[in-house]
Amino acid sequence: MIEHTPSSAASPEHGTHVMPPSVLLGTAAALMALTVITVASSRVDLGEWNVVVALAIASTKAALVALFFMHLKYENRFQLVVLVSAALFAALFVAFVMFDTIQYQPDIRAAETQAVPRGS
Amino acid sequence: MSSHAHGHGAPGVATPPEERFLAHHFADMESQLQTSKLGLWLFLGSEVLFFGGLFVAYGVYRANHHALFQYAHHFLDWRMGALNTVVLVGSSVSAAWSVRCAQLGQRRGLRLSLLLTLLLAGMFLVVKYFEYSHKLHNGIAWGAACKPSAEILASLPPSLQALPVPKDLGTFFSIYYLMTGLHGIHVVVGMGLYVWLIARAGRGDFAPGYYVPVDAVALYWHLVDMIWIFLFPLLYLI
Repeated sequence: MIEHTPSSAASPEHGTHVMPPSVLLGTAAALMALTVITVASSRVDLGEWNVVVALAIASTKAALVALFFMHLKYENRFQLVVLVSAALFAALFVAFVMFDTIQYQPDIRAAETQAVPRGS
Repeated sequence: MSSHAHGHGAPGVATPPEERFLAHHFADMESQLQTSKLGLWLFLGSEVLFFGGLFVAYGVYRANHHALFQYAHHFLDWRMGALNTVVLVGSSVSAAWSVRCAQLGQRRGLRLSLLLTLLLAGMFLVVKYFEYSHKLHNGIAWGAACKPSAEILASLPPSLQALPVPKDLGTFFSIYYLMTGLHGIHVVVGMGLYVWLIARAGRGDFAPGYYVPVDAVALYWHLVDMIWIFLFPLLYLI
């Protein structure tokens, strides 16, 4: 095995960002802390707000992973645009289907329980 | 992208990786790196949308069958899910570390961090295996095949044991197995990619001037971690 000279090791290609260990470990510690918080928050009954809190914490964790582990913070902005637009379209997809199902499901339930004849 | 030696000088270990692995249609390593990154980010965007469909299925069923979801999630052990969250976060740190080692030309650190990532990925699947086998052994399957055993019903909280077993319990588990299964397939693919990276790192293919595969696989791996970050609270904690 030929080990390369330290001179090439000291100067990585320009345009790349080497993540310092402190940032990597700090991000990991934040992710672990948020995991504990998300478990703890699920023990408290907040009704419908439980899922909102869980998703808010998960989104924060995902943002930390994207910004620091995936080094998006230091990349060409276009990469960020690609990920954020994909996430936005996925959210739009979920949100619009949810509006739709919340709108119509009560009617479907009512029709099922009253056994309304078809066409009436 | 071809990883075979071509063009510039005689192939072999003595030729620096940044010369051996520059594909002929790129002007230089920098444009090769940036193009690969953009391509990979587009792929990751498509992965988000791929999983998006399953999150829609989850959202619709949860909105319409709230009580069922509340009941069914008691069959999942949050401790197993939390353990796997910690394991995946650990593997993500290790994957990010491997990119750092490759950028700095730390050969030994690179091999160790790649190996650690692979081991943690394997550990994730071992935990998942215990979860799946426990459930399937107790009749917790998907769809109409979901017939919980008396043993697993007895392990539920007393307030739930008094309730009748919902007839559409299998619907929750169809969603559970589809979401965690698709995620699990991604973990298996990631492990294959890490085996490949370990073999290439062992050959000395990577250097500060050429680490695209290490970076690309790490980005994919972080996305797999990110999806689990959403699956864990949505399925195990509710």
